[in-house]
Amino acid sequence: MLRWRQWQERIGRHLLQGITLGCVLLAGLMILGLLLKSWPLLQEQNLWSMLVSRDWRPHRGEFGYFPFLAGTLWVTGGAMLLAVPLALLTATYLSEYASHRVCTLFKPLIDLLAGIPSVVYGVWGVLTIVPLVKNEVAPWFGRFTSGYCILSASLVLAVMTLPVIIHVSLEVMQAVPRELRESALSLGATRWQTVKKVVLRKALPGLLAANVLGFARAFGETMAVIMVAGNVARVPGSIFDPAYPLPALIANNYGEMMSVPRYDAALMLAALLLLGVVLGFSVLSRLVLQRLQRRWR
Amino acid sequence: MTGEHVIHARDLNVYYGQLHVLKDITVAIPRSKITAIIGPSGCGKSTLLRSFNRLLETMDNVRLAGSVRLGPQDVYAPGVDVTLIRKKMGLLAQRPFPLPMSIYENVAFGPRLHGIRNRRALDRLVEDNLQLTGLWSEVRDRLHTPAVELSIGQQQRLCLARGLAVEPEVILADEPTSALDPQSSRRIEECFRHLKDRYSIVMVTHILRQARRLADYILFLYMGELVEHGPAEQMFNAPRRELTREYVQGVIS
Ligand SMILES: Nc1ncnc2c1ncn2[C@@H]1O[C@H](COP(=O)(O)OP(=O)(O)OP(=O)(O)O)[C@@H](O)[C@H]1O
Ligand SMILES: [Mg+2]
Repeated sequence: MLRWRQWQERIGRHLLQGITLGCVLLAGLMILGLLLKSWPLLQEQNLWSMLVSRDWRPHRGEFGYFPFLAGTLWVTGGAMLLAVPLALLTATYLSEYASHRVCTLFKPLIDLLAGIPSVVYGVWGVLTIVPLVKNEVAPWFGRFTSGYCILSASLVLAVMTLPVIIHVSLEVMQAVPRELRESALSLGATRWQTVKKVVLRKALPGLLAANVLGFARAFGETMAVIMVAGNVARVPGSIFDPAYPLPALIANNYGEMMSVPRYDAALMLAALLLLGVVLGFSVLSRLVLQRLQRRWR
Repeated sequence: MTGEHVIHARDLNVYYGQLHVLKDITVAIPRSKITAIIGPSGCGKSTLLRSFNRLLETMDNVRLAGSVRLGPQDVYAPGVDVTLIRKKMGLLAQRPFPLPMSIYENVAFGPRLHGIRNRRALDRLVEDNLQLTGLWSEVRDRLHTPAVELSIGQQQRLCLARGLAVEPEVILADEPTSALDPQSSRRIEECFRHLKDRYSIVMVTHILRQARRLADYILFLYMGELVEHGPAEQMFNAPRRELTREYVQGVIS
């Protein structure tokens, strides 16, 4: 007869297995659902030509995703360009240079920022960033803009993703054993040499993961972006042009104009694209990570 | 530089916040000998070791008073280049912590920091120091594989080689064998015996038998005080203090 402890062990394991499997299954079902819904459109039109087409005229059955893809990439790219260096520097400072007191003071503050709902960031963007870009930044470059543009969206997104990246990066860097730092220091490395050549290197896989997380958040962010990006379905030519990122497209239009044929299929395909890019990106980063790990560890 | 002593500590006091962990330590560490710091857990052995190469100050609640000299040099003098101080005192930790890079890069790391770029010179340093720790024959074919793939014992010898590659005067070792199997421990001990002609070694150990086997000179710490120090012979066979006698006979621990 099996003892109770062993039963517990079995039940526990199967339960956990079930839950894990359930999560994976759910994601799979979601993809399948989106695929089924967008299938009619995919049968009628070539996916690739839709991806590169610039014409979004649902009434004529023209679904060119390029403006939205471009808009998403511009906005997310800009946000990451701003957020990644800042976040890494902040995490490095807090983990390697700041005193214990400062670090324990700032960590909860940063987590607080990460928890602010995105509408609030959106409102802040409209009230502060949009006028700032319109009245100060753009004129400084000799440009005119309504302020509802890529730069504003990137700024707001950057501020939103910063705390996420900082939080994870900090955890990762603090997990590097202090003895490893001491090894480098006792060989006569300066603090900065130790950080650059040992801590960051050791933490690199985790830092990469932190940034992928930040990217996914920025890429899929809907609310704040809708409020400041301008939402014009045209391929942007500069950071002062408005953009219409994919999540905004879906959120703005789903449920409206559903009488237009294939319109809902087109929006489902947009969602699928969004999901695909995020998944693709995280798979890619995983591959990069594996390569790096084989070299360093 | 050939004084009889390599490190002089004078009136050394260390506090972690309010906690007074080292009390008025005054001692001289003999050159080209193996010195063992012994004493019960928590008595301040690691703290003393780390006060020598200024690793203590990387923690932020530490306060230190008194002086430490390495040869003629005041270690804590204002304006002194702490990286040069640390370079002269290699540290071997309780467990091996190879840097996240290849075996070769681990050994070349220190020399590179100090400006050696020439590939030949680096190759030479890597080989010589791996030879010194008896690792060369075991790893010569896989110098460019990650260091973490070595066994724990090999990793510890790699860490020793890495420290030797910057040509320190002193090797500070904090219970360097406590994470190792007996065989690997013995190899580290052998290394130490070979190395003591060229380097002064200061090691913390919990194992009295190891201190007996290896040490020429003994420091006995008890609750932050240096109770007694002297040649190993005397400390084990004719200690002057009762406390020392009880400790080396294993009555207290
Ligand atoms: N960072 C720190 N902050 C506060 N107290 C500390 C810190 N490090 C050590 N201590 C305390 O200082 C005392 C001496 O510590 P130390 O590590 O030097 O002892 P040790 O002799 O090396 O002990 P062990 O043999 O267990 O390694 C201990 O009481 C310890 O609790
Ligand atoms: Mg200790």
